[in-house]
Amino acid sequence: MNSNPSIIGTSPKRVDAREKVTGSARYGQDLRMDGMLFARVKHAEYPHARIRSIKTARAKRLKGVAAVVTAADIPGNPAFGAIIIDNQPIAGDKVRYLGDAVAVVAAETEAIAERAVDLIEVKYEELPGVFDPREALKPDAPRIHEKGNLIVHHKTRKGDVGVGFGEADRIIERSYSTQRVEHAYIETEVVVAYLDPDGTLVIKGSHQNLFNIRSAVAGVLGLPLSKVRIIQASLGGSFGGKDDCMAVLGCRAGLLSLKTARPIMLSNSREDSLVESYKRHPYFLDYKVGVKDDGTITAMEINIVADGGAYASMTQFVTWRSVVHATGPYRVPHVKTDIYGAYTNNTYTGAFRGFGSPQITFAYESLMDEIAGELGMDPLQFRLKNVLRDNDVTATGQKLDHTVSVGEALEVTTRAAGWDEKRKKFPEENAGRIMKRGIGLACSYRGVALGAEGVDATGAIVRIHSDGSVDLTTGLSEMGQGLKTIFSQIVAAELGLPIEKIQYRETDTSTITDGGPTVASRSTIIGGSAVRKAAIAAREKLGAAAAEKLGAPPAKIIASDEKIMVKGDPVRAVSFREAATMALDAGMNLSSFAWHVSPPIWWNEEEGRGDAYFTYVYGCQIAEVEVDPETGRVNVLEVWAAHDVGKAINPETVRGQICGGVATAIGYGLLEEVEMVDGVTKTMNLDEYLIPTAMDVGKIHAIILENEDKYGPYGAKCVAEPTAELCAAAIANAVCHATGKRIRDLPLNLERIVLGHKLVKKKRRVR
Amino acid sequence: MKKITLKITINGRKHTLRIDPNLRLLDLLRDELRLTGTKEGCGIGECGACTVILDGRAVNACLILAGQCNGREVVTIEGLTGKDDLHPLQQAFIDHGAVQCGFCTPGMIMSAAALLDQNPTPTEEDIREAISGNLCRCTGYTQIVEAIQAVADDN
Ligand code: FES
Ligand code: FES
Repeated sequence: MNSNPSIIGTSPKRVDAREKVTGSARYGQDLRMDGMLFARVKHAEYPHARIRSIKTARAKRLKGVAAVVTAADIPGNPAFGAIIIDNQPIAGDKVRYLGDAVAVVAAETEAIAERAVDLIEVKYEELPGVFDPREALKPDAPRIHEKGNLIVHHKTRKGDVGVGFGEADRIIERSYSTQRVEHAYIETEVVVAYLDPDGTLVIKGSHQNLFNIRSAVAGVLGLPLSKVRIIQASLGGSFGGKDDCMAVLGCRAGLLSLKTARPIMLSNSREDSLVESYKRHPYFLDYKVGVKDDGTITAMEINIVADGGAYASMTQFVTWRSVVHATGPYRVPHVKTDIYGAYTNNTYTGAFRGFGSPQITFAYESLMDEIAGELGMDPLQFRLKNVLRDNDVTATGQKLDHTVSVGEALEVTTRAAGWDEKRKKFPEENAGRIMKRGIGLACSYRGVALGAEGVDATGAIVRIHSDGSVDLTTGLSEMGQGLKTIFSQIVAAELGLPIEKIQYRETDTSTITDGGPTVASRSTIIGGSAVRKAAIAAREKLGAAAAEKLGAPPAKIIASDEKIMVKGDPVRAVSFREAATMALDAGMNLSSFAWHVSPPIWWNEEEGRGDAYFTYVYGCQIAEVEVDPETGRVNVLEVWAAHDVGKAINPETVRGQICGGVATAIGYGLLEEVEMVDGVTKTMNLDEYLIPTAMDVGKIHAIILENEDKYGPYGAKCVAEPTAELCAAAIANAVCHATGKRIRDLPLNLERIVLGHKLVKKKRRVR
Repeated sequence: MKKITLKITINGRKHTLRIDPNLRLLDLLRDELRLTGTKEGCGIGECGACTVILDGRAVNACLILAGQCNGREVVTIEGLTGKDDLHPLQQAFIDHGAVQCGFCTPGMIMSAAALLDQNPTPTEEDIREAISGNLCRCTGYTQIVEAIQAVADDN
């Protein structure tokens, strides 16, 4: 029995758009409950200190205060974590960054809670801090965690770099650095915790990864997983950012709810969010490359140090993605890459759209232009000579058995942008211009889904009701990316229904089994496959139920136009609703659960090699900029962005992802930095932490490439993250084209463009 | 704190309320009247999530005291929505894929509505400038600008 997937590749309206344009969508901050208390957090006063004593009596006595809790009140594990269990929702003996909590207050109003926080007295013994990950790895650095400051070391090994450098005509060495940046979702973090009458602790809020949060809350509060229920409110953006920090909020509010038996709202102000929530890792990257005079790359040796901040969070996974992709999408016969993640007393770092790729892409794509420059080659031609092609072997020794389209992406994008002409013309024209024009490109490859990082599986439930309407449930979350719409489209396609007939149920850990996090751009390929399987299973039951009446074998029956019909004979049909009733009357189960596991992959951590991901996506972005050499101001005039998504299930949504990713990367390239001095955050709100406005983002041309993948539903792969990893490098290359200045540190802000370096701020060195 | 009396028209309805003098317009809307379509993203006038229309102009409700609105008229996203019909801007945002997480959307639409009231035929530059106080982290603004342009083109 077949489907009629005509809705795939079209752009029906988002299923959640109406509630969002009318303002009726309920976000975490919109929740209110009877008897609800408001919580505030007493934060650490030193970035690194031992807690000597905490006095809460005065705070507790304040009228309107319902409870004050400290680490001593935690019934379960003091900490949680993905691999390393080190993140403490309320600090016990030691604080490791200024976002740590030492106590949490619940009161009748937020203002009372705030006042109570000020009445809590904490005595500390200040410890020397470490704020640079390279310093943190020195043997005599102050220890932030008992086991030392090294969170992780990953490596990649291929061939013998000694041999590769021997074959080279030139050796080029460069160092780059990237900054700490904030997700800056417009909605800050918020939860409401309450107890169901049966004693289940419910945490509703701005969650990205509900099952991660459930494990953390259950562990810390000493509850079985079945007694913790995590529900997602409408989510006001996440980009990887509402995971660990939501677990922290969930533990704090959950503890207060258990204490008071009342609902607790805990919401972060923007200032709280900037200090407390994790950021994207700053990287320090050293590259050494061997090339022949004809432009052939012979070897790459790469050394990277990442600032993990106070807690490990996703550092192991983020740096692993970096170590796999650090050479970029190039044929390099000899590779030696090492990456180290280190603890510091800065705000911790974790997942952020791109997940270890924007940093390395900035470095290797700046480097490719630098090498091309040294060789006197055009950056496009140099790349085309070295990029991976079908059946090539990656830096980790993986043979690519799908369509490798980075060459295609380069060709399509450069053609659309008028590359050859502009590369030649701009330098000539700039001589007579005040504002200097430049054009630059960057390309990348990216492993899809979790890869050999861990188990990659998820489930979906499709339920057909007696009236022919359909419920869809998964454990993955809508964050704005359009997941509900894409999944509903898949069900609609397989059941031959209009999309309006599909109701996507809210994401709630009590409705489906743990299907992993909504990360790594895995939802369409892994989640979409599960949804498709569940829909097909449901459809087959309808086919079986209708077969007798239609007088055809189930294999000949299709679902289309709200009918179950004989293929090629649309008069022999029953309505979808009728078929559903027939199936139910026959005692059939019209609820189907399906599970999808990613194809096998492997990684040998000892040897630093493996088939890291089951498939890859490829992309290229070009930025055309205008630089004012007097002020250092860079205007991004136009961006061309081509991404191979396998198959665009909903092209308008893909376009939205591309434009959004580009804008995020423009911010990364030009504007954004969470500035910290000795562990103190200096950029405390959106007046100091600048993200792009509509005036900062030029015209974006989204170009969708489609090389269908055998592992994706309808050939679809992914799009969210690759779009955010390219533009910072493309801008740096364009700025160099415009001005001749090579800037190797992000962001390319005014002072770097004019002075060539960052304005010097007071820095305390740790010896 | 001594309460003050506030007479205010919100979405066409007249209200007389006793309020704290330090109550922000944003809190009046969200907490007292439960008009939660207006969002809070920064509290300092930078993100635009709290944009409402006050006497025909787009303003940040987080920067205005409710008491300053005595005798004045406020329109929020709830007031823009008709009984059955969406406002053309709301429909255009849906049609053009201009909504992702949706958190910026109400504020964005209010800024666009104020713009089109004052200038029914804006250029792309005008549109970008009019929404430059409304931050969106999801869309890169492309489809938002297209949606507003489409409504303007119908004018
Ligand atoms: S909340 Fe008012 S501008 Fe951000
Ligand atoms: S749609 Fe998410 S902030 Fe604009």
